[in-house]
Amino acid sequence: MYRYDQYDHQIVKERVAQYRDQVRRRLSDELIEDEFRILRLQNGLYLQRHAYMLRIAVPYGLLASRQVRMFAHIARKYDRGYGHFTTRQNIQFNWIKLEESPDILAELATVEMHAIQTSGNCIRNTTSDELAGVAADEIVDPRPYAELIREWSTFHPEFAYLPRKFKIAISGSEEDRAATAVHDVGLHVIKNAAGEVGFRVLVGGGMGRTPILGSVIRDFLPWQHAMSYLEAILRVYNQYGRRDNIYKARIKILVKAIGAEEFARQVETEWLDIKDGPSTLTAEELQRVAHYFTAPAYATLPAVDAEFERKKAEEKAFANWLKRNVKEHKVAGYAAVILSLKKTGVPPGDITADQLDFVADLADRYSFAELRVTHEQNLVLADVKQSELYALWQEAKTHGLATPNIGLLTDIICCPGGDFCSLANAKSIPIAQAIAERFDNIDFQHDIGDIELNISGCINACGHHHVGNIGILGVDKDGAEWYQVSLGGAQGNVSSIGKIIGPSFSAHQMPTVIDRLLQVYVKQRIEDERFIDTVRRVGVTPFKDFVYATPIKSEPTSGEDACA
Amino acid sequence: MPNLIKDKVVIDDNWTLLRLAEGETADTVSVPAGKIIVPLTVWQAQRSALQTRPELGVWLASDERPEALKDDLAAFQVIAVDFPKFADGRGYSIAYNLRARLGYGGELRAIGDVLRDQLFYMQRVGFNAFAVRADKDIHDALKGLTDFSEKYQTSWDEKNPLFRRAKRETLSARD
Repeated sequence: MYRYDQYDHQIVKERVAQYRDQVRRRLSDELIEDEFRILRLQNGLYLQRHAYMLRIAVPYGLLASRQVRMFAHIARKYDRGYGHFTTRQNIQFNWIKLEESPDILAELATVEMHAIQTSGNCIRNTTSDELAGVAADEIVDPRPYAELIREWSTFHPEFAYLPRKFKIAISGSEEDRAATAVHDVGLHVIKNAAGEVGFRVLVGGGMGRTPILGSVIRDFLPWQHAMSYLEAILRVYNQYGRRDNIYKARIKILVKAIGAEEFARQVETEWLDIKDGPSTLTAEELQRVAHYFTAPAYATLPAVDAEFERKKAEEKAFANWLKRNVKEHKVAGYAAVILSLKKTGVPPGDITADQLDFVADLADRYSFAELRVTHEQNLVLADVKQSELYALWQEAKTHGLATPNIGLLTDIICCPGGDFCSLANAKSIPIAQAIAERFDNIDFQHDIGDIELNISGCINACGHHHVGNIGILGVDKDGAEWYQVSLGGAQGNVSSIGKIIGPSFSAHQMPTVIDRLLQVYVKQRIEDERFIDTVRRVGVTPFKDFVYATPIKSEPTSGEDACA
Repeated sequence: MPNLIKDKVVIDDNWTLLRLAEGETADTVSVPAGKIIVPLTVWQAQRSALQTRPELGVWLASDERPEALKDDLAAFQVIAVDFPKFADGRGYSIAYNLRARLGYGGELRAIGDVLRDQLFYMQRVGFNAFAVRADKDIHDALKGLTDFSEKYQTSWDEKNPLFRRAKRETLSARD
């Protein structure tokens, strides 16, 4: 993975000093909160319900084991012993003291990490495919381009005070695993007929209260022009994006208002002035960065390991885990393993300090000391020998990281919600937990198969509810927490925005609502049809009719009043 | 006389900024003699009278376009860009376009909600003068110009990105 050179170190070091002084000035009241808020947000520090939350950047989701150990250290020393992986492949800590936040950044800098631009109205952490470099369906490895974008966007002087936040996602595979269609800018690394590398550029996708899929404004942008073209997009947005209404300030609203064609024309006009200028990437620079993403020293292995096949045939639980949590690798004898952070009873994406240390050890022993974070809030060991999968599985189980539920009902994407976030209208974690408890039976989950259930505690859609096959949105009605359900959303190559099925439900009703939706699916599905395909074929109506056919009793969940 | 940061030092500001008061209009407001920085609208409305002045400045609001001054740049010793709130970032693109696209080479001044923690970025996009908000210590604000010693990308101040300026070593990807 990428390593800092003297320049990267210098810039991050100077940032720590700058931020430390900003905190000092805030504590001595030289800065008032209104001035400081925007500064700390650009450094990922949010004020939540109970304490500050610090969001640390994990550039395009890639982590070295020593960085993960640093997270464990931070969790123990500065937090309450755990962290939370987010849908932007970052990690956040929820119990941070303002006074200690500069020290955390100084510690992070020692392992080449920071919290730069993880919040605020600036260019955020660029996200990418968690299987980059190993996926069997990869066209071009997007990681070098993601790193180039990281460097270009870090402290870009012109685009630090945009109308609203700005998110870029990049994917280089047949299957889009980076949700590029719902980003401010989505980039697909592709090859043209001549075999040259370039980008398909999508602009104006997003979620929030106006969910919309991005529009292609350029079919093929030669890779050399990535930075100048992004600069042109940002310059148009910075000048013409709305600033009068926070809910209409994202680039998607501008693109929608003037049309994708007109937006593309304005970008081209801006671009003409800077195209072929000094920002044009050189082969040397691409090579410098690409060097960090060359393949590790893979062993030459047989495509099939006999002992592995025997274990797979003998142990159903192992086979279940393989089926859901292990992905095909482009190198024979290797596989990519997804460690599930969606064990029933644990908030989705949460991980303890001990688990962090443990996965760092796993990475060292099984996967070239690297890990990846997925935007579905799980972790990936990308380079595991097939012959070692059984041993890895047994180890992962002992730490609650082998739930065989990737892509299944309980692999829920969920924001921190009302338990932590001051923006939330409603809690989201207890809903996820109630659903996970109700459908804990793994055989049932495997029977239901691929399904995406996404939960957001408010319209900001951090839990990606719009693109969940089943989306759940927390809403506030007269001070009470209610949940609106949508159906038919999807991420990936055939992205779509879900449709709301009708009036909202109470927290206690939600497990039954899900149960009814699944009953309709089971009745309607044809053979191996996935949930989303059934919804697309039969439409929302049969689901809606059945869910609302009879009143749903408000049944309190078991245990301590989780939804109170 | 208020202070101003210009070309990295604190100096006395001998220009006066004209803002339209309530009830005043661009075509009727009287522009005092001397070194005055007028709103774009006043320049546009009173151009024939103003263009004979030996010393004149103009300022752009954050929703105004630098292209509006395209043919007039030579008329001004100072062009200022207003930041109604420091979080309104339009002024950065206005400044960049004034310098890079329109080729303005004179004093480019940030006015309005101009604070220490934004000066580094402002300087990068082409501002060389900063009318720091009056309630702030301008000498303290000066420190904001030197927060960073290196930068990755081009802007007005750096014609070449880091990768064209520096020989960046390639370390081992794994250790």
